[in-house]
Amino acid sequence: MTQFDAIVIGGGLVGAAIGYGLVRDGLRVAIVDEGDIAFRASRGNFGLVWVQSKGLGAPHYQRWTRLSAEEWPALAAELGERTGISVGLEQPGGLQLCLGEEELEKRRAMMEQMRREAGNFGFEYRMLDRSELAGILPGLGASVAGASWTPYDGHANSLNLLHALHKGFGERGGTYLPGRTVIEAHAAPHDFRVEFAGETIVAPKIVLAAGLGNAKLAPLFGLLAPVRPQRGQILVTERTNRIWPLPLGSLRQTQEGTIMLGSSEEDVGFDTGQKPEIMRNIARRAVLCFPWIAELQIVRAWAALRVMPPDGLPIYDESEEFPGAFTANCHSGVTLAGAHANAFAPMVAAGALDPMMMPFSAKRFDVSAAA
Amino acid sequence: MFRPRPDAPAATVEVEVDGRTVRVPEGASAAAAVLLAGLASLRDTPVTGSARAPYCMMGVCFECLAEIDGVPNRQSCMIAALPGMRIRRQRGARDIDPEDVPDTIPSFPIPAPRSGGA
Ligand SMILES: Cc1cc2nc3c(=O)[nH]c(=O)nc-3n(C[C@H](O)[C@H](O)[C@H](O)COP(=O)(O)OP(=O)(O)OC[C@H]3O[C@@H](n4cnc5c(N)ncnc54)[C@H](O)[C@@H]3O)c2cc1C
Ligand code: FES
Repeated sequence: MTQFDAIVIGGGLVGAAIGYGLVRDGLRVAIVDEGDIAFRASRGNFGLVWVQSKGLGAPHYQRWTRLSAEEWPALAAELGERTGISVGLEQPGGLQLCLGEEELEKRRAMMEQMRREAGNFGFEYRMLDRSELAGILPGLGASVAGASWTPYDGHANSLNLLHALHKGFGERGGTYLPGRTVIEAHAAPHDFRVEFAGETIVAPKIVLAAGLGNAKLAPLFGLLAPVRPQRGQILVTERTNRIWPLPLGSLRQTQEGTIMLGSSEEDVGFDTGQKPEIMRNIARRAVLCFPWIAELQIVRAWAALRVMPPDGLPIYDESEEFPGAFTANCHSGVTLAGAHANAFAPMVAAGALDPMMMPFSAKRFDVSAAA
Repeated sequence: MFRPRPDAPAATVEVEVDGRTVRVPEGASAAAAVLLAGLASLRDTPVTGSARAPYCMMGVCFECLAEIDGVPNRQSCMIAALPGMRIRRQRGARDIDPEDVPDTIPSFPIPAPRSGGA
């Protein structure tokens, strides 16, 4: 039997960021992670650190996302120093292009609502028209009517982020236990025991960060995480010279030069297959935005599953039945890495979630409690 | 370094590899022509500029990227050599000038945008 201060189930971006934050705070931590057969959003995402569309009708989510974007530079710098891995963070702001006047007007209304809902916290945005955009983005397509801009957005190399978090975790003494699927656990207040074939680990704290696996794990700890898979497909072009000075929401150019075209939102269950009609629509939107993209070769394409809560907002919770058990679930684990490592992990280390996290509790899905 | 197998069909297809004329059997790939041309490399990588040549010959490693008949970054191991084909060195990333490409894309219906998560 091995004793730790905290067990984290799941070694994707969410678990790795929290585990990294916990070892940095001096805890002895084990991350338990499934094998390579697992569904892993962390290895198939788009790499945006994206703020501008987060939290319509839910200003607490906009604030949490902004906090994360603000923590990102420190996290990126620290990981770079500690691990020698550059996570390629750039936060020059971001543009979301709109095709046609109708899309543009909808976007304008949405951004204005975000500003109103932000209240004194503030939400800086601007709508750019075609002519302004054409000055920034060469070869703009005729159907682009305009775009929304906020200064908060950015992008990064999310595979390097995952690698750096794992390396940083290990270098600070964290124990990574891959190839182990948690099916059963013994929960008691501040006393958790997880068993695999011939191995037992125990800790007074446990964090469920198993992505789609959380749906089954949460009830074992008196928690609720009704997440479902949402498929996203992505296309990637050959590398080119640097063309865009900033990420464009569903289009971005990586530091290495490839252009990523993304990404669909499909409810198809646990299916990571690709569909030609979806890929065609992704390519069509890209080519309507920038006709020259049609000249480029597509070199890779894939599908991955987002970890999607019923209302699209993250779920962060702590167990009332078994204090010491926490869970984190979200569909923007790249964007929220700063918050997970630098804000959520310290709350877990301190033993309780901050009151600011209350609106993220899964209690919001409990109809009897709401009545 | 490379020679055709003794049992290979006669080399009847003539292509140009970086200025040299090379003959390969019908059905051989453009990458095979690159290897038979005896070049030490056919591209420089975009990030570090290191020299590369065809490697896996089965479409997975992307080391064989070349400019073929004026189109950059083509996977030469996946493309059959055709008479008169011009296979040229690929230096770094593709250099595209967005302003240079005319906006001639046929207008198709605009596919719905995403709801906006990332
Ligand atoms: C197409 C697509 C595009 C995306 N684009 C972006 C983007 O641009 N920006 C952004 O911020 N986010 C983006 N995301 C979302 C982001 O990738 C996810 O939010 C993030 O990866 C989720 O991380 P996770 O650790 O919760 O889940 P996962 O990466 O799925 O990791 C969960 C881990 O838990 C393990 N696990 C599961 N069950 C168990 C168990 N019972 N026992 C032990 N281990 C278990 C699995 O092995 C896995 O390693 C995108 C996602 C997709 C699919
Ligand atoms: S040689 Fe490997 S992809 Fe062509």
